[in-house]
Amino acid sequence: MGNRRGARLALFLLLAPAVLWLGALIVLPHVELAVLSLRARVAPRVYEWSLAQYATFVEEPLYWHTFVRTATMSIIATVATLLIAFPVAWYIAKVARGRAKSALFVLCLIPFWVSETVRTLGWMILLRESGVLPRLLVDLGITAAPVELLYHDATILVGLVYTSMLFMVVPLVSALESLDDSLIEAAYDLGGGGGSILREIIIPHAAPGIAAGSIVVFMLTLGNYLTPTLLGGKNSLWFTEQIYTQFITRFNWEQGAAFGFLLLILSTAIVWLGLEVTGQRFGDVMRRT
Amino acid sequence: MIPSLPRSPLTRYAMATYVAAFLLFLFLPLAVVVVFAFNDANYPAPPWRGFTLDWFVGGAAGRTGLFADAPLLKSLVTSVWVASFVTMLSVAVGTANAFLLERADFRGKSALSLLMLAPLVIPGVILGISILAFASRLAQFADDTFGVELDFLRPGLPLVVLGQFSYIVSIATLTIAARLKRFDATLEDAALNLGASRAAVLWTVTLPYLKPALIGAAAISFLMSFENFNTTLMLVGSDPPLTIMMYGRMREGASPVLNAVSLLLMVASAAIALGLLRRRS
Repeated sequence: MGNRRGARLALFLLLAPAVLWLGALIVLPHVELAVLSLRARVAPRVYEWSLAQYATFVEEPLYWHTFVRTATMSIIATVATLLIAFPVAWYIAKVARGRAKSALFVLCLIPFWVSETVRTLGWMILLRESGVLPRLLVDLGITAAPVELLYHDATILVGLVYTSMLFMVVPLVSALESLDDSLIEAAYDLGGGGGSILREIIIPHAAPGIAAGSIVVFMLTLGNYLTPTLLGGKNSLWFTEQIYTQFITRFNWEQGAAFGFLLLILSTAIVWLGLEVTGQRFGDVMRRT
Repeated sequence: MIPSLPRSPLTRYAMATYVAAFLLFLFLPLAVVVVFAFNDANYPAPPWRGFTLDWFVGGAAGRTGLFADAPLLKSLVTSVWVASFVTMLSVAVGTANAFLLERADFRGKSALSLLMLAPLVIPGVILGISILAFASRLAQFADDTFGVELDFLRPGLPLVVLGQFSYIVSIATLTIAARLKRFDATLEDAALNLGASRAAVLWTVTLPYLKPALIGAAAISFLMSFENFNTTLMLVGSDPPLTIMMYGRMREGASPVLNAVSLLLMVASAAIALGLLRRRS
């Protein structure tokens, strides 16, 4: 009997930190956020249930434009990251051998040990009007005067792709490494060309890695704040910025909470959709990345 | 395609060039940060005006180097403190979670293990505002009913620590649980049969086995906390950690002192990374 009681005590002691963490820092705060988003102030310190915050989102073009724009740019950034990362992952997994292989892989990881702030600082020095690349363009005679390369949508995309690269390369490499070379050789011997081998063998095999990478990159891009605001400046119009403005600058927590929930719903929906389409389980994807 | 298939030299060169261009893309931003930390000019921009260490050790007007920049140094120290607390909390709770997931059996276990992954898919900004809102509700409640002012629930470092911990612990849990899963439980049985107490088994058999995962989880937690921006931005009070401080300065304009502090960070994280890689191999 004593042993069983001991086991129950041990279980309780192990459960306590997990329950405290998930309850006090995840579940209850999100309930509070939901409650905040569903109320409206009718008089000082008097609130009633209402969908007014969500109505504002629909009625105010700036808000839902920003929302749609953030989602679209995140999708573009995710696809671009995948397209750029895939050949590199292929090279690391299948072409490079021995020391070169591990060296290349480590080289791809290194920049991401440095904080995003530092990486963004680098891009600002490269791209701003007085920066390195505009100067280079003038020196090469391509432009007559330095051009401002910051504060464009393309700049934001470059920054987002750059900052997401790691989360695409790693799952792709591990997915491609498990592909047996003899399958490709067999397909080649049977007369398959590069395109059909890619389409019918490589991509189906790498699908779990592609899905895992894309889901994580999309999620991180959607929730990014630093890169769009610094590289996009006033033109960035990123949705997390709206949340910050409502919450911190205007102190309109009800509106900010509604925006937060909308972003959370979008993010969750895309993750869920990605998992459904590729038939994977959430837990497996998170463990892989 | 793969080396065992015939490839034209052209495709081989094209591929190698592509990988080289990719590496250039990865390292160019870091390289310029380093280079302009040593440029003898008041603004981190070309042309090159000669080598200087002013941005590290300088103290003259308009040339405040890193080691004379009190607010910047203070934010660096703040970051180290925050990261230390987050690391301790994450590794401790992560270890408990790992045992819970791998050893315990109870109703609702699969739901709980899924919920433990949830913080990884919640955008950091939303983790920040939800914790901010909930903490301020608690503070309000304490003020209204008991008339006590709970300062740690207002924006500030305690909330920053909790906010970062709320998702970093998920990563620590995954890391430690993955190693615990591969542990051969018969080793514990053997120790128990030989008369060791449960505590002695944990201390002399299981924890030493987990040590690499504990160190790995600690390093990752420290780094993630140090670099965190989104969650911290929402919860920060009057003592900004380094990332927030740098962000503020980058919006105002640019001084090469930011390059100097960035170089310091690069060296520090490279040291951590190399240490981890050497342990692993």
